Amino acid sequence: MEVSLSVNGKEVSEDVEPRTLLVDFLRNDLGMTGTHIGCETSQCGACVVHVDGRSIKSCTLLAVQAEGAEVTTIEGLAAGDELHPMQAAFREEHGLQCGFCTPGMIMSAVDLLKNNTDPTTNEIRDWLEGNMCRCTGYHNIVKSIKSVAELE
Amino acid sequence: MYQFDYEAPDSIEAAVAALRENDESKLVAGGMTLLPTMKLRLARPEVLIDINNIESLFGISELEESLVIGAMTRHADVAMSSIVQNFIPGLACLAESIGDPQVRNRGTIGGSVANNDSAADYPAGLVGLDATVVTDRREISADNFFTDMFETALEVDEIITAVRIPIPQRATYMKFPNPASRYAVVGVMIAEVSDGIRVAVTGASPCVFRATVLEEALEEDFTPEAIANIAIDGVQFNEDIHASAEFRAHLVKVMARRAVLAISS
Repeated sequence: MEVSLSVNGKEVSEDVEPRTLLVDFLRNDLGMTGTHIGCETSQCGACVVHVDGRSIKSCTLLAVQAEGAEVTTIEGLAAGDELHPMQAAFREEHGLQCGFCTPGMIMSAVDLLKNNTDPTTNEIRDWLEGNMCRCTGYHNIVKSIKSVAELE
Repeated sequence: MYQFDYEAPDSIEAAVAALRENDESKLVAGGMTLLPTMKLRLARPEVLIDINNIESLFGISELEESLVIGAMTRHADVAMSSIVQNFIPGLACLAESIGDPQVRNRGTIGGSVANNDSAADYPAGLVGLDATVVTDRREISADNFFTDMFETALEVDEIITAVRIPIPQRATYMKFPNPASRYAVVGVMIAEVSDGIRVAVTGASPCVFRATVLEEALEEDFTPEAIANIAIDGVQFNEDIHASAEFRAHLVKVMARRAVLAISS
């Protein structure tokens, strides 16, 4: 099936099988490997991207279901060499260790601040319910997100 | 994932026709249960009929003392809806408690209801609030809709179009979530509706049910103390690695007491 969508502002059109998950489409068909596959059962959040402005788990959406959608991935955040404030904050506050969960964490965090510009620590932790990190203990992730909220 | 065919009709009629065309076809709404289930081969539909393009299935409105919520309305949209927050805040809280933000951004009320997972939140919400499930051909009261674990009164080619929820005098939902999945180990919806108090329980047994002993006691005296000494019969309750049947029976009462307290003040 033909699927046409916008990924990070660029129109793409590819022939895919209906069973192709959006995350596999991004990684294998478009070669954009920033979005990770962790559990592939919509629990870990490594695959979070934005579809039409909302964070979703791209392992639990078919590529064909994104027909006509605007998709933003971790690759779409930075402006050239300049990191997105959330990316910069994760680096500054040590919001990552191995980095596997980071793309999903950042995409999820960016979505949070879109709707809640000044979240409490509890609200941040609640929001990260669907993003798992096995290194940091979350503390510095929460700190990173908080620091961006304070900037804005 | 195995091979299947995919269609995305833009009308209810076309979706029903597609369902009738192949016995092995299945509707996909938010896909939050169906897609993981297909990956595990627990379901193997040959054709997926995606109803995300049917605009009439989306949206929330207030109509004749009731809220009408389109079947494809996402959990996040129910949680954030000013109409729901205003008229049935307990339902907004229930929607906010489902899964995680990304699941709420995709999962739908119609999908959750049609799936009837024994640990899902909406079945308790609908039964507790005396809701009606509206389909492409009829209306079914929530009391008669949820028939057994993963079983409903729906025909194989029937599509839920909306749920209609009468605005209660007061209502709230309390749940003890599984800390990993956020599914209800036990969830209790308590509502005061036009014909009295309703108490609906999810998670505890294979299918949502009304705790009539609690309803009767609360009808007489709407206080946490009124139900403190009532024994909940947990013999038929679910028993798994998350909780024993006995613990679930205990949780039913704890959640019910918390709910009563929350809407008494």
